[in-house]
Amino acid sequence: MKILCIAISFLSWTSIFGNRIEVCPTCAFTTIEEAYKSCENGDTLEIKAGIYKIPNWKIQKSIVVRGEKNTHLISQSGEEIITVEKSNVTIQNISFSGVVTNYLKENAAIRVKRCKNVNILNNTIIDCFFAIYLERTKHTKVYGNTINGNKNNIDRTEAESGNGIHAWHCDSILIAQNDIMHHRDGIYLEFVNNSEMNDNRSHDNSRYGLHYMFSNDDSYRRNIIEHNGVGVAVMFSRRIIMTENTFAHNWGHAAYGLLLKEIYDAEISDNKFTENTVAIFVEGSNRINYLRNSFRKNGWAIKFSGGCESNKISNNDFLYNSIDLVVSSQLNNNTFNGNYWSEYTGYDLDNNKIGDVPHYPVKLYSYIHNQVPESVVLMRSLFVDILNFAEKVSPIFTPKDVKDDAPKMNSNL
Amino acid sequence: MLKILKYSFYEMIRSRWIFIYSGFYLIASMALLLLSNDISKVLISLTNIIIILTPLIGILFGTIYYYNSKEFIQLLMAQALSRWSIFTGMYLGLAAALCISILIGIGIPLIAYGVLGSAELSLFLLLITMACVLSIVFSLMAFLIALKFDDKVKGLSISIFVWLFFAIIYDGIFLLLLLGFKEYPLDKLTISMIVLNPIDLARILILMKLDMSAMMGYTGAVLSKFLGKNIGMIIISFSLLLWVILPLWTIRRVSMKKDF
Repeated sequence: MKILCIAISFLSWTSIFGNRIEVCPTCAFTTIEEAYKSCENGDTLEIKAGIYKIPNWKIQKSIVVRGEKNTHLISQSGEEIITVEKSNVTIQNISFSGVVTNYLKENAAIRVKRCKNVNILNNTIIDCFFAIYLERTKHTKVYGNTINGNKNNIDRTEAESGNGIHAWHCDSILIAQNDIMHHRDGIYLEFVNNSEMNDNRSHDNSRYGLHYMFSNDDSYRRNIIEHNGVGVAVMFSRRIIMTENTFAHNWGHAAYGLLLKEIYDAEISDNKFTENTVAIFVEGSNRINYLRNSFRKNGWAIKFSGGCESNKISNNDFLYNSIDLVVSSQLNNNTFNGNYWSEYTGYDLDNNKIGDVPHYPVKLYSYIHNQVPESVVLMRSLFVDILNFAEKVSPIFTPKDVKDDAPKMNSNL
Repeated sequence: MLKILKYSFYEMIRSRWIFIYSGFYLIASMALLLLSNDISKVLISLTNIIIILTPLIGILFGTIYYYNSKEFIQLLMAQALSRWSIFTGMYLGLAAALCISILIGIGIPLIAYGVLGSAELSLFLLLITMACVLSIVFSLMAFLIALKFDDKVKGLSISIFVWLFFAIIYDGIFLLLLLGFKEYPLDKLTISMIVLNPIDLARILILMKLDMSAMMGYTGAVLSKFLGKNIGMIIISFSLLLWVILPLWTIRRVSMKKDF
């Protein structure tokens, strides 16, 4: 028994504190290939500062690859740089560049393929086609990376630029504290379940800041999503939790802070939506709770398209949006309750901080604007205000049952 | 001309109504600031007030002022003074008084509240400028109307109608046109309709600052270029300038010919 214990502790000792192998122009190993060949499972490969041009490097041993401040790996022929094919690999503190656009293969600076427990920490990836590509991986952590695509990606077509972090068929992954810019999608997730995206900053991407497709039971918190084509697009997914994120300055013809399509049972709470053309665009999404969000100075705060039922919109702040709400159908069973609307003109005689008359957030003008987009120039005109007032007194075009029965007199947040 | 300007300006600022006018702005902006404590909300409310009120007051004040000082103008005409300098002097005195009462009424409370250091400074400056421009344009129209019609009642009712037309009826017709021809490309029509109404011009300029995020949602090529880029700003400023120059030129022509 004793011997067994010693044996186990010795084994774990070697596996945790494996050999350190260094690579530098004056070290025992001068190229990464040679050094990698002498590596065994559990070893640490330290790449000293310098520029290394390497062909595709397949990591098939469980090692830690660690760089220094100026360790820079450049793809020799524009191909993929690192392909991880073994579990328990860590890649840390390395700069990557030189992966070029390829229309046949989705080449990435780091690709993780069919394995578990891979950590990608504090790397810098500049001007690569795809930056980090996770393929059928589990329990993987992507943390603290800086990913900067090509500035010209804004002008390129979507096919010409790749995603910052691309995850496909993954489970239980964590993507946190990354700074992603100038890619097609900042973070793209397809068939990714039980995962978390926290504290990332995704900005200036040509398509989406964060993009979910067919992914369930995920959450994203405290991310900052700015200046993207569309901030976050969540499509065909269930049970996604979205909290404490900031969506700002997503401007343009088809620009949304948050785009929801076929989403069920999600929770959207404590987010800030500031100066987006459309803060939330919803299509065919049911049983979603919108709680304690702040919508400030957006063109449209929430735009409901067809087939949105049983949504609950409570305790949000709607501040100075050009148009607070658009609903496309007369029928709806969405509930609005306890929101603060800066447009509310009611009174509070019993002084319980809740307005005594219900607020009707859908205005006639938003209906007209839907019919004739050119009428955007008539916003805030006295004539339009008179029309809105007349419609408010006796609703004909706007749905009567879209109303907040208990509008707050003061801001919720 | 300067001397006439001075006299007319002194006369204006001694008038009770100009005090009431600036007092109204003063109280309104102070009340809004006290009520909401949020400078952007105050500026939005002030936008609505300014767009409606400054043209109305400008045009009514102008007409009444002209009719009241008609005898004085006739007296001046007996002197060795050109008609042009008499009318511009009188007009500039009126416009200066209106602009100063706006600057005092809106400027002082907001500056005291600290708008100069806030992020809304550019919107505030734009708002004040537009209020002054609207006062100038509509008091010019007032002078023109009063020159054309010697009958006081007729002149006043026409100025009220002109205000009503530009402030409300015009936008109604505009909206009807847009709804009626919605199958057609409407960009150019929209732009020309905007250019033909000074209140719309001022409103759009403020909108471009206030509701930019909504404006960006529009997809039509010509209009979105107009709304989104500096070209629009330039065209709007230029058209507003035309709205000052054209009535001024007409006043000159009419006053030269008119038999008093």
